Amino acid sequence: MSLMNDNVNRRGLDTFDWCFLGVIIAIISAGILSIYSVTNSQATSGFPIYLKQTIWMVVGSLAFLVAAGIDYHKLARLSYLLYGIGLILLIIVLVSGKTSRGSQRWIPLGPFVVQPSEFIKVPLILTLAAYYGATSREGWVRRLFVPGLIVLPGFLLILKQPDLGSSLGFLAIFLVVVLTVGMKSKAFGFVILAALMLFPFAWGGVWGSLHGYQQDRILSFVDPTSDPGGKGYHGLQSRIAIGSGQLLGKGLHGGTQTQFKFLPEGHTDFVFAVFAEEWGFIGSVILLSLYIILFLMGLEIAFKAKDMVGVLLAVGVVAMIAFGVVVNIAMTSGLAPVVGIPLPLMSYGGSAMVVNLTALGLLLNVKRRRLSLL
Amino acid sequence: MLDTSRQVNELADIQNRLIFVKVGFLMLLVLLGLRLWQLQVRDGAYYQDLARDNRTRSIVLEPARGLLYDRNGELLANNIPSFQLYISLEDVQDREALITRLPHYVDIDRQEISDKLSKKGRRGRVKIKAGITLKEVAIIESHRLELPGVVIQPEYQRHYPLETFASHVLGYVGEISESQLKDPEFSDLQQGRIIGQYGVEKTYDEYLLGETGEEVIEVDALGYPKRSLSVRRPLAGDDLYLTLDIRLQRLAEDLLGEEAGAIVALDPWNGDVLALASKPGFNPNDVSGGISAKDWQRFLQDSRHPLTNRAIQGQYPPGSVFKIVMAAALLETQTLSAQESIPCHGTFPFGKRVFRDWKAGGHGQVDLTKAIAESCDVYFYKAGNQLGIEPISTYARQFGLGEKTGIALPSERSGLVPSSEWKRRVKGEPWYPGETISISIGQGFLTVTPIQMAKMVSIVATNGRVVQPRLFKASRLRRTGNLKEEPEPPIQQLAIPPKTFAHIKEGLAAVVTEGTAQRAKSDLVSIAGKTGTAQVVALKPDGDKDKNKELQKEFRDHAWFVAFAPLEHPKIAVAVLVEHMGHGGSASAPLAKTLIEAYMSFQNTPQKNPL
Repeated sequence: MSLMNDNVNRRGLDTFDWCFLGVIIAIISAGILSIYSVTNSQATSGFPIYLKQTIWMVVGSLAFLVAAGIDYHKLARLSYLLYGIGLILLIIVLVSGKTSRGSQRWIPLGPFVVQPSEFIKVPLILTLAAYYGATSREGWVRRLFVPGLIVLPGFLLILKQPDLGSSLGFLAIFLVVVLTVGMKSKAFGFVILAALMLFPFAWGGVWGSLHGYQQDRILSFVDPTSDPGGKGYHGLQSRIAIGSGQLLGKGLHGGTQTQFKFLPEGHTDFVFAVFAEEWGFIGSVILLSLYIILFLMGLEIAFKAKDMVGVLLAVGVVAMIAFGVVVNIAMTSGLAPVVGIPLPLMSYGGSAMVVNLTALGLLLNVKRRRLSLL
Repeated sequence: MLDTSRQVNELADIQNRLIFVKVGFLMLLVLLGLRLWQLQVRDGAYYQDLARDNRTRSIVLEPARGLLYDRNGELLANNIPSFQLYISLEDVQDREALITRLPHYVDIDRQEISDKLSKKGRRGRVKIKAGITLKEVAIIESHRLELPGVVIQPEYQRHYPLETFASHVLGYVGEISESQLKDPEFSDLQQGRIIGQYGVEKTYDEYLLGETGEEVIEVDALGYPKRSLSVRRPLAGDDLYLTLDIRLQRLAEDLLGEEAGAIVALDPWNGDVLALASKPGFNPNDVSGGISAKDWQRFLQDSRHPLTNRAIQGQYPPGSVFKIVMAAALLETQTLSAQESIPCHGTFPFGKRVFRDWKAGGHGQVDLTKAIAESCDVYFYKAGNQLGIEPISTYARQFGLGEKTGIALPSERSGLVPSSEWKRRVKGEPWYPGETISISIGQGFLTVTPIQMAKMVSIVATNGRVVQPRLFKASRLRRTGNLKEEPEPPIQQLAIPPKTFAHIKEGLAAVVTEGTAQRAKSDLVSIAGKTGTAQVVALKPDGDKDKNKELQKEFRDHAWFVAFAPLEHPKIAVAVLVEHMGHGGSASAPLAKTLIEAYMSFQNTPQKNPL
């Protein structure tokens, strides 16, 4: 064991690793730049938000190093414990969490607030990977039912807050992992996968055919913080921001939608609209490509992982981040209802930043151990 | 070995499937890319137009405020349609011209308009005047072309169908003020929003407020609406059911009539406030419709203080009503037993001073029951002198004096229960024993509010149950339409045995049957009570001869009466205070009797819409 660790540690970073880190840093920088652009013009008292986000990036980087450094098999062994702690935190949130705009999502921790629904995602990925790594896949009970029981309490606790976006993200991780493990035939899998991927768009279609008051009722039931209808003020201003960026964008601080505060939540859920307004179609496509490269690298790591735990860890991490990216951009560009999901690595938020960087650290972890022998 | 090879097989299997995951993700991201192309390249010019000309106007749609009902479902406050005048800043071409012209058509001050428009951070629509008349609407509409940017919007206006009744409980609403806008508590509300400013309207504002909706419209260059881009409907506030019984409330206010004073009626078992009257009152409709600064000043400077809720803010010496607390203190500390009698010759010499009884010749031999019934001062002078100030203030606090009852109304006052520590701290002097003797009959530094008195007599009525008076009975949630009963407030039990209360009640019953409040004797129900007279600190006449009569009235004492009924199974506790009306027995006791008799008769008539 120690020999293996020495073997790993002595090796430096290769081109792949550097490329991986470069993409992550580029995306985070685009986020901080956009946050700077939104908040700099608004006279806010106290510490600037973009600097706070920079500090969160540094904190997240430490988490990244830890997650990349400890052998993921050791982490997988701790996974059930970590997941249990996560569930306890979610219960604490429901009992005595901080309520904001009708939703109870945060635990105050000194000057900060912590969002356990973010933090539990990593233990979930670890737990699913550990479970399938140790169990045979014979029979639907083992393949689907037991892992379903693992996921269900977390899913329900998050849904109860209520936080529709995060609970769907939780479900997405589970579904992608289960599908990767459990597809019986390739054709069947393809259909399921396509259906899953098209879900936000199909939802948009069904959603659009409902009457306004029906939409209001459904959304105010599941998520009172949302913007009912998905075509309301937020959605409209966001579409105007993105669209008016046109091909080349309006340049830093040039976004009228952002600077004149027509676009709400510019530094959080709608950060993509800020970026798209100021950097145009070209900038947006480059940003999208960075995410694509990140996912392809993640899936490459999954493909070359040496064991089941590694494959599923990598797939889980990619699913988690991809879900956020796809749903957030679909939401800001008016393809999906506004459900309140932040854009991974870009939206302002300490909990999400730390969690996403931890998850990416796990990816690098899997990659750097794939060459060692059992 | 077999196991390992199976695992390797499975692994290969799974890794081959990753291709689907990859294809899926790529498809989605390509779709997003296409969407961005659609928005930014294909329709980019259209969105650029919307952004550059800023041709969208966002209109706040005010929600209907939650309704207020009494405990039987009688309507206390609703909303009626009215016209509001807005100025849409983006569409104003010449601000000065507009400010000059508008006062010709609407009853509004030039200065008021420019004040409202020039406040920092104003953007979009600014509310200029609420409740403009139909005639004004017609005039403005006919001068539309001269007044670009002026918008008239029909909205809800708060209405109180009972006019002045229960005005201090209901309170009023008003536009959010500049200082409130800066308060983080109201950070999610915009300029022009109508919020509760007084009474339960203020306390329960978060229930009643509702959520604003928003309509985004596209306008042409002149600011005329062309089409609606999006609508988010407002969500009405929750309806509130108060504990008040409006029949009792009306009666209480009618009984006070033109006199200044307060009446509080409680359900002694659960603290439900059945009536909370304070006179003089005001008509909340006058205030809620957007009152001009001048009228508001006049209102505030009215010498009769109609905005003061005397039931919770008026602090008066309790007078002889305090003898109830004294009785509990002397029995519990075993200073005197209920049976011991003391001779009363009408005076109590103390040092160089002589404290007099209200009855010149004295009451003869007096035991506790007689002392309460006839309100013998000498008995309580003696008892108080033996007790000392500390036990008296301890028991006064146990009966809820000296602290707010916690009723859900703004600006409640706590009254004052003095102690030697208090005097050292506030006055910088030691406590003098002679002051204890004044306190023993409820004078001196001691002050109480009418609601504290009602709470105190409730505690006696229920043999020591301490409840917090409450106004909020239930709410009807707009989201679900469900009726949600408020949980009853927690109850605390005083560590005073029922025997002590029995002695006190015996005295209180005798007050009505043979004592100072025989005018409260009822053929219908057995009433127990206590009279009191609160001495008024003399005001110096200002020499204005014409007002002499009124001034003389200002020197008269306040009349107290507290009561509960029926004696055996109390259903209602009442405190009555009438300012400057002299003796409680003649001025206040008959009011309490009428109120109690009415309440008992309500018990026999079925309720219209029982909750």
